[in-house]
Amino acid sequence: MDLLTKFIDTYPVFLKGMLLTFQLTAVAVFIAIFIGLFFAFLKISRIKVLEWIADIYIFLVRGTPLVVQIFIFYFGLTALDISQFWSVVLGLAFHNGAYIAEIFRGSIQSIDKGQMEAGRSLGMTAGLAMRRIILPQAFRRAMPPLGNQFIIALKDSSLASFIGMYELFNVATTYGSNEYDYMSYLLIVAVYYLVLVLIFSVLVNMVEKRMASSD
Amino acid sequence: MSESYMIKVEKLNKSFGDLHVLKDIDITVKESDVVCLIGASGSGKSTLLRCLNFLELKDSGNIIFEGEKVEKETHDLNKVREKVGMVFQHFHLFPHMTVLENVMEAPLHVKKLSKDQVKKEAQELLRKVGLSDKENVYPSKLSGGQKQRVAIARALAMKPDIMLFDEPTSALDPELVGEVLSTMKELAEEGMTMVVVTHEMGFAKEVADWAVYMHDGRIVEVGHPEDLFNNPKEERTKNFLDSVL
Repeated sequence: MDLLTKFIDTYPVFLKGMLLTFQLTAVAVFIAIFIGLFFAFLKISRIKVLEWIADIYIFLVRGTPLVVQIFIFYFGLTALDISQFWSVVLGLAFHNGAYIAEIFRGSIQSIDKGQMEAGRSLGMTAGLAMRRIILPQAFRRAMPPLGNQFIIALKDSSLASFIGMYELFNVATTYGSNEYDYMSYLLIVAVYYLVLVLIFSVLVNMVEKRMASSD
Repeated sequence: MSESYMIKVEKLNKSFGDLHVLKDIDITVKESDVVCLIGASGSGKSTLLRCLNFLELKDSGNIIFEGEKVEKETHDLNKVREKVGMVFQHFHLFPHMTVLENVMEAPLHVKKLSKDQVKKEAQELLRKVGLSDKENVYPSKLSGGQKQRVAIARALAMKPDIMLFDEPTSALDPELVGEVLSTMKELAEEGMTMVVVTHEMGFAKEVADWAVYMHDGRIVEVGHPEDLFNNPKEERTKNFLDSVL
């Protein structure tokens, strides 16, 4: 009962934190999709220099902890008068872009070569065939891993608390330290994360079902 | 000026790495000709076909299409391909589009014609291949024979001057071969210029103006299908025919 009271007493603050968590994640993943698509194209360009650039980017992201990346972006970008919110968003986008690049590369390369040939044989340029024939199919195939990546990003956004963003996790630890009761608020924040992830999973499932109408 | 031809190939050579796939190929296809390419797998007939619409680029030799020597340096190959229809063994329909959208795609986005006109012509083509009732169905719901007829309609939608068929019935269940061949036969009767890689000797005999037997990257023998099949001059042709007939 004690836990429930705490839950009810604090929900307006937690909802604010949840909104911020959601905003951080949604904006970051939105940007990361474009970054990912860009580097996926570099990877499949068959131009050595461009492939190397993509490889180096992916190596840097995978080879360093996210929390280090967030701090580098935070100190680097706030020095350029970029807000705390945007420095976290860009840090998360930079990080997720690398994983999304690999997701897109895989899904584009998984489309049968005959699809490109069929497009070319009808007089399409490689670019038009990519846009009209390959990418729509590749996006559909990328949906499950993209949804997965979004959920990872949602949970990773808790690291923004390290630079003082008042998102879900920070709300929980602040209550925890003020009231000398970490455990209650950690359990409460876990519920908020579960609800966010659940809502998002349902949304992804709906999108997947709609896209699958042609199968 | 010699007789008019649609496509003329002179001394065509093509290699994949160390593998010399096409060796000094010479072939001339006149307007309204129906030509069947036959030969064992690996003989180079599919590669020859793919060179004709530049899906594979030649190493040396000339490809003269409608009187013009086509080179990738001087010609927009996309423009040339608009006039060369291609039908593949495995159909390669666009799975994310309905049957009607498949047929409309290229005229709409390559030729950029008006949607109303494209739609009308696409419906007409689907009627012609007997699939009017499948307009709004996705390819995954079609049989192999239906898929291949949609693929033929899709290629025809660009109003090509010549149609290339790369083993169009090889991936079909035996009972579905007939419907595709009869669609192709109709096309031939309308005067379409066609080059067909096929193992269907019956179709070749009935529809082709002449047949080409290829072996090991070379054209071994050319002739009217009746003559070629019944009285092959070359020993290799005879051996091949004995093994397939």
